[in-house]
Amino acid sequence: MIEKPEDIARQPQQAAGQKLEGQGAQGSELAIDLRGVSKAFGPVQANKNIFMSVKRNSIHGIVGENGAGKSTLMSILYGFYHADAGEIFVNGAKVQIKDSSHALELGIGMVHQHFMLVDNFTVLENIILGAEGGFLLAKSLKAARDEMERLAKDYGLEVDPDALVEDLSVGQQQRVEILKALYRGAEVLIMDEPTGVLTPTEADHLFKIFEQLRAQGKTIILITHKLREIMAITDSVSVMRRGEIVTTLETSKTSPDNLAELMVGRRVEMDAQKTRGNPAKKVLEVKNLSMTDELGVPRVKNVSFDVRAGEIVGIAGVAGNGQSQLLEVISGMDEPLLGEIWINGSRVEFEGSRTAAHVRHLGLAHVPEDRLKTGLVAQFEEWENSILGYSEEPKYGPGQILSLRAAREEADRRIEKFDIRPPNCRLKTANFSGGNQQKIVLAREMDRELDILVVGQPTRGVDIGAIEFIHKQIVAMRDAGKAVLLVSVELDEIRALSDRVLVMFDGKIVTELSPDASEREFGLSMAGVDPHEDADTDTSGANPDLKEGAQ
Amino acid sequence: MSTHKPLPRWVDIALMPALNVALAFVVGGLAVAAVGEDPFRAMQVLIFGAFGYGEGWGFTLHFATSFVFTGLAVAVAYHAGLFNIGGEGQAYVAGLGAIMVALWLDQTHWVFVLVGSTFAAMTFGAIWAMIPGYLQAKRGSHIVITTIMFNFIASAFMSYMLAQVITRPGANAETETIAETGRLPLMSDFLPVFTFSPLNITFFIGILSLIFVYVLIWHTKLGYQIRTLGANPEAARYAGISAVAIIIIVMAISGALAGLMAVNEAVGVQKRLGVGYVQGFGFVGIAVAFMGRAHPIGIALAALLFGALYQGGQELAFVMPSVSSDLVVVIQALVILFTGAMSEMFKPVLLRLFNRASGEPETVGD
Repeated sequence: MIEKPEDIARQPQQAAGQKLEGQGAQGSELAIDLRGVSKAFGPVQANKNIFMSVKRNSIHGIVGENGAGKSTLMSILYGFYHADAGEIFVNGAKVQIKDSSHALELGIGMVHQHFMLVDNFTVLENIILGAEGGFLLAKSLKAARDEMERLAKDYGLEVDPDALVEDLSVGQQQRVEILKALYRGAEVLIMDEPTGVLTPTEADHLFKIFEQLRAQGKTIILITHKLREIMAITDSVSVMRRGEIVTTLETSKTSPDNLAELMVGRRVEMDAQKTRGNPAKKVLEVKNLSMTDELGVPRVKNVSFDVRAGEIVGIAGVAGNGQSQLLEVISGMDEPLLGEIWINGSRVEFEGSRTAAHVRHLGLAHVPEDRLKTGLVAQFEEWENSILGYSEEPKYGPGQILSLRAAREEADRRIEKFDIRPPNCRLKTANFSGGNQQKIVLAREMDRELDILVVGQPTRGVDIGAIEFIHKQIVAMRDAGKAVLLVSVELDEIRALSDRVLVMFDGKIVTELSPDASEREFGLSMAGVDPHEDADTDTSGANPDLKEGAQ
Repeated sequence: MSTHKPLPRWVDIALMPALNVALAFVVGGLAVAAVGEDPFRAMQVLIFGAFGYGEGWGFTLHFATSFVFTGLAVAVAYHAGLFNIGGEGQAYVAGLGAIMVALWLDQTHWVFVLVGSTFAAMTFGAIWAMIPGYLQAKRGSHIVITTIMFNFIASAFMSYMLAQVITRPGANAETETIAETGRLPLMSDFLPVFTFSPLNITFFIGILSLIFVYVLIWHTKLGYQIRTLGANPEAARYAGISAVAIIIIVMAISGALAGLMAVNEAVGVQKRLGVGYVQGFGFVGIAVAFMGRAHPIGIALAALLFGALYQGGQELAFVMPSVSSDLVVVIQALVILFTGAMSEMFKPVLLRLFNRASGEPETVGD
C-alpha cells in the first residue's frame, strides 16, 4: 500500500472516459489514487507531492496535526480547490474535478465537520435539497422516501424522514448528512472529523454504520485526530505531516504510539507529566448558581463549587449538559438566574455586557470553548486579537489612544514565547492554523497578571504537538499558584490534568471524583448516576455539599 | 467556488472601481448617443467642466466636501456592522440646528458662525441618528428600516418647520438669509483661481473629518471596539464590550458627520435653509462609502469622483442642450449603480483571470 511513483505504470487505462457509471468497469481496485498532488496558497505549501491510494471497499484513515494539509487534500478531492500539480484517478480513470457537483457525479461525497443542513426543513427536504429533480417536489420526495427506507435497511441509517432537522440530535443530523451523500450516489465517503461532536455511544453507532457501508462495497476516507478511532475502524492509514504524506500503513501493523510519533516526527508524551496540585485559599466560589437560556430552558441547576489557588478542577460530562452555559456565566458573558459568584473574595456584580470586562479586571482569564466564534476576530491581524478584551488597559496607550507599537511589540513577544507560527503579528488571524489560533488565545489569556484561569475545550481541533504544549502551559499555571477551572468533553484530557473532577449532567453536578477513579465511576456519573449513591455501602460519608449540588 | 486565493489588494481597491466607472460611462455614452449627441465630446465636456478650469475645480471640490461628510457617516457606522441609510435625514435635520445658530450669531463674526453652526449641525445630526441607534441597541429594531423611516420623518418635520416655524415671512418655506457679517469666507477670497465657485472654508472641516475618522477607527481604543463589534459581535460580548453603548455612540458620530453637510451647503453656500436642500447627497454617500471601501482615503477619492460627476454633469447639460439635466442624472445614477450596487460584478471574472495568470492550471472543462 505504500505508494511510490513507480506505481503509475500499473494503470495503463487512464485515458478512459471521465464519467463512470458502474464503477469497477475500469477494473481498478483503487477507488482513489492521487499521484504527485501539490497545492500552495501563496508562500504556504499546503500539499506537497502527495501520493495516496485508497482501495475500494475499505476504510482509509488520514491522521495528521492541524495544518498538516488533510483538509486541503480532501478539499481537492471534493473539488473545492484545484491542485497546482499532480494527477487524480478515480476508479482508475484520470479526472480533473471541477467542483463539488462534479465530485458527486464521480461518486465522491463528503460529510463536513460542520453540517450543511437547513435546520427548519424536514430530513426528507434536506435530502433532496440540491437534487430536487422537477418543478414540483412531490415526485422527488416520494423517490427520496423510498430510497431512504432502502438505505435505512441496508446500512442501519435510521432517521425519521419527517422530523425537523433542528429536533434531531447531533448524531442523527450526521446520519442525515451521510444519507444525503448516499442519495446522490456517493461510492466514496469523505468523513471530516466525524466524532468530534458525538457522544461515545453515538460514535460507536457511527462506526457500525461505517462497517455496514464497507460491507456493502462503499469506500470511506476518515479524517481524524483520534488515534483510537483509526485503530478501531480503519483498514489502512496515511499519516500527514507538514503537507506531506509521511507514510501509509496497514492499520493492523501499527500502534497508536507509533502513529503519534509519525505525526509529530518525535515521541510524544500522551499524558501530561502529572504532579499533584498544592491547593491553597479559595479564589473562585460558585454558590447555588442557576441559569436559563434565551428560550427559558434551565441549563445550569443550583450548582455550587469552589476552586482553590494551585489546583486544577476539571468539569467532565458529555457535551450539552450545561458546561458551556456555566463557563459563560463564570466569565461574565451571561447572567445567572440565581446564585452568586465570588472571585478573590469579591462578589461579581452582573451588569450587562460590561460584566465580562469587570470579571477580567478581578483577575479571571477566560479561554473560550470556540476560538473562532468567540475568542478571536478572524479578519483581524494577529496583534489585534492579542489585545481582545484588554484593549482598555493603559499599557496599550494613554486614554483613548491605541498604541499600535505597544500592542504589536507585546504580540511579537507572545509569538516567541508561545511559539506561534508563522511568527508574524501582521498576518490575518484566519490564515493561522487551528492550533496556532488556539495558541493566540492562550497567549493572550495566560501572559498577564491573573489569579483564575477558566479554560473551555483547550485542545478542541488542535494537533497532538500543540496539545502537549497547551497541557504543559495549563499545568505550569497551576504550579505558579493559579486556580484553574478546566471544562472539556475529552475525558482523557480531564483525567490527565485535573486534581479534582466534577461531573456535570443535565445542568447539575452529579458528583466529585478523583481523576484516578475507575472507568465505571466516570461512565455512571456522566450518565447522571452518582456512583457513590449507586453503590451499596460506603456512601454514608459522602460530602453533603455535593449531594446538595446533585439533588 | 469562491475558494480561490484572494485578489491582490490593488485590484480590489483600484482596478475594480475603475472598471465599474468605465462601464458606467460606456452605458451612459450609449444613452448620450441615443439622443443624437457624440458621446466622446460629451465625455470631454464633462471632464473639462469638472477639472478644466479653476471655477470647475471649485464646484467639484465643493460637492466632494459634502460627499466626504455623507460618505464618512456611512463608513463609520459600517465599521460597527451598522448600515446607516439615514444620512439624508440626518443632514436635513442638522440643517435646522446649523441655520438657527447661524442666524442667531450672524451679526457677530463669521468665526462664531462657523464654530456655532458646526457644533449645532453635529449635535442635531447626532441626536437624529441616535434615536434609530437606541432603538437598534435596546429594542432590536433593525437600523436599516428605522433610518429609512427617519428620512421620511425628517422630511415631513423639516417641511413643517420651514413652512410654519422658522419661515421667512412672504417666502415659500425657507428661512431668513444669513447677514453679510456672518457669512463663511469663500476659498476664492484667498485664491482667486476659484473665481465664482462656492468652495468655502468648510472644505477644511472635510479634510479634518477624514483625518478624524482615520484616527478614530484605527488608532483609538473606541475604534478597536467598534471594529470588533462589527466583525464579530460574539467576540465583542466575550471581550466585555457593551454593544448597546457602541451602537449608540457610533450612530451619534455617524449622524454628526452627515450633519456637517449642512455647514457646507446651507450655511456656506445657500446662506439659508430651504426645503429639500440635501438633494440626495445623503444617499450618494452610501455609494461613496462603498466605493471608498469605508476607508478615508478611498472615500476622499470616491467623493472627488462624484463631485466631478455633479459639476461636469451640470456643465454638460449647459453646453449640450439636447443632453438634458435629467439625462445627466441618469449618467450619475449609472455610476452609483455600477460602483455601489453592482460593485462586485467583475469580481468572479477577475478572480478567474488572476488565478490563471498566477500559474493555476486550467481546470475548467475536461
